[in-house]
Amino acid sequence: MSNLRFWACGLLLVLVGWLLGRLVSNEYAFFAGYSVLQYILLATAWNILGGYAGYVNFGTAAFFALGAYVSVALNKLYAPPLPVLIVAGGVASGLIGLLMGSLTLKLRGVFFSIATLALAIVSQAVITNWEFVGGSSGAYVLRPRVGPLGGSYIEYLFYTMLVMAVAAVALARTVERSKLGFGLAAIRDDEAAAEASGVPTLKLKLLATVASGTLMGMAGAPLPFYVAYLDPPSAFNLAYAVNTIAMPLVGGTGTWIGPVLGAILLTVVQETAMVTISSAANLLIVGLLMVGFITLAPNGIVGMVRKLRGDRR
Amino acid sequence: MTDALLVVDGLTKRFGGFTALSDISLRIQPGERLGLIGPNGSGKSTFTNCISGTLPIDAGSVTLDGRRLDGLPSHQRTRLGLARSFQLPRPFGSLTVAENLRVPMLYAGRGGTDTEAELLEMVGLGGKAAQRPGDLTQVEMRKLELARAMAASPRLLVADEAMAGLSNSEVDEILALLLRLNDQGVTIVLIEHIMRAVMAFSQRLVCLVAGRKIADGDPQDVIRNDDVLKAYLGE
Repeated sequence: MSNLRFWACGLLLVLVGWLLGRLVSNEYAFFAGYSVLQYILLATAWNILGGYAGYVNFGTAAFFALGAYVSVALNKLYAPPLPVLIVAGGVASGLIGLLMGSLTLKLRGVFFSIATLALAIVSQAVITNWEFVGGSSGAYVLRPRVGPLGGSYIEYLFYTMLVMAVAAVALARTVERSKLGFGLAAIRDDEAAAEASGVPTLKLKLLATVASGTLMGMAGAPLPFYVAYLDPPSAFNLAYAVNTIAMPLVGGTGTWIGPVLGAILLTVVQETAMVTISSAANLLIVGLLMVGFITLAPNGIVGMVRKLRGDRR
Repeated sequence: MTDALLVVDGLTKRFGGFTALSDISLRIQPGERLGLIGPNGSGKSTFTNCISGTLPIDAGSVTLDGRRLDGLPSHQRTRLGLARSFQLPRPFGSLTVAENLRVPMLYAGRGGTDTEAELLEMVGLGGKAAQRPGDLTQVEMRKLELARAMAASPRLLVADEAMAGLSNSEVDEILALLLRLNDQGVTIVLIEHIMRAVMAFSQRLVCLVAGRKIADGDPQDVIRNDDVLKAYLGE
């Protein structure tokens, strides 16, 4: 399928989602749907750096929460429309990605991962001490009753996230099959050999970090309106970092479809568990699924399907 | 001798207090086939890493066709025409054999007209384009390693022990391949322990011992050189 046709299919998906949304009257469907889409976006963003280039980022929560808090701050100052907040959140997290990347991307493998973990901890400490956005006691954000397209505001948030998730997946797929995608795959497989093959490894890694961080910041920007009350422990929740790594792993890293499958599977399982068992069972289930997949199907769902089809890839 | 392709001048490399390469100077003419020998630990691989940019150098200069290379990152040297193959093959394991060649073609292809298929055909991997490197045999892996270096359309190829561990007939295959590449105008530096192959290949031989160049000249003269014999056989 050509890139153009894929983008067209994505557009169609957005339209279908919108039409379905018009038929739904239950608000919970939008809440749950938003959660799935948010994780598709986050997992896809993580996969650009973690799956394509092989650089594991433990700091998802930092990029995500930064997007959310830029939203809180700007909303308090000017209350611009949501798309503006999303762009601002994306730019802020992209810049942090650039800064962190230029400081840490010379570190390889596990050292880079530890640096991302440190970033999450440091940024949580900064936000907790920033009184303007509520500090440790958190910030209330008034969610408008009605969205600008008619319907409830949650419905509007759902469509916004739908557009972003579809666009991110289409972007990831475009990257995967481009010159950039081959360069990142070469870095993942053998960085010295990639460099010897003419791949500007540092530049490409930086590009992937910025793209990944930007998408995570964009994913976080609508969060304050979704939760209506945001405090550092929930914005920097461990669940974001764990889920965003678990989803591509379960679905299959290195391909655009893997994070999508993983995000849908894990979010649905967690939502179900939260309603039927208890909200504390969430991370336990994710952990068990991760252990199961890493031992039994290290290449995730995508790897399993390919194995069944007899392709070793 | 102003028209040398590669000029290495006073190259020195230290690891802490240990001098791995000491004041190495070397000129390589366009189209030349140079053999580089030396006992284990004499600095051959360090030399490769230093001129290809994997390791920074402490003193001296490396010039390719009048352009200073030292200080440039590895990928830029590859783009300028200096390719290397690795001693232990380091293929891109998740890509197919053909895609392994596509990476340097996309990033360093300097207007070469070879396609992936032609290159694979030339090195004898014609039927393996869609396979993964993990499915290849040792000798096929070496061929892939050389093909990937060639995919960058280099002017100078440094082949670091491309034949180590291969059988006699496999050594002949790689040797024939290198000679064919040289025929097409690629200057080649062959780093090798297998003397039969080095002697058959080289027009000129350089010997490194303990980080110093102790001989440089006609292969037959070099292997009769007293210092070279002493280094290999002892006093």
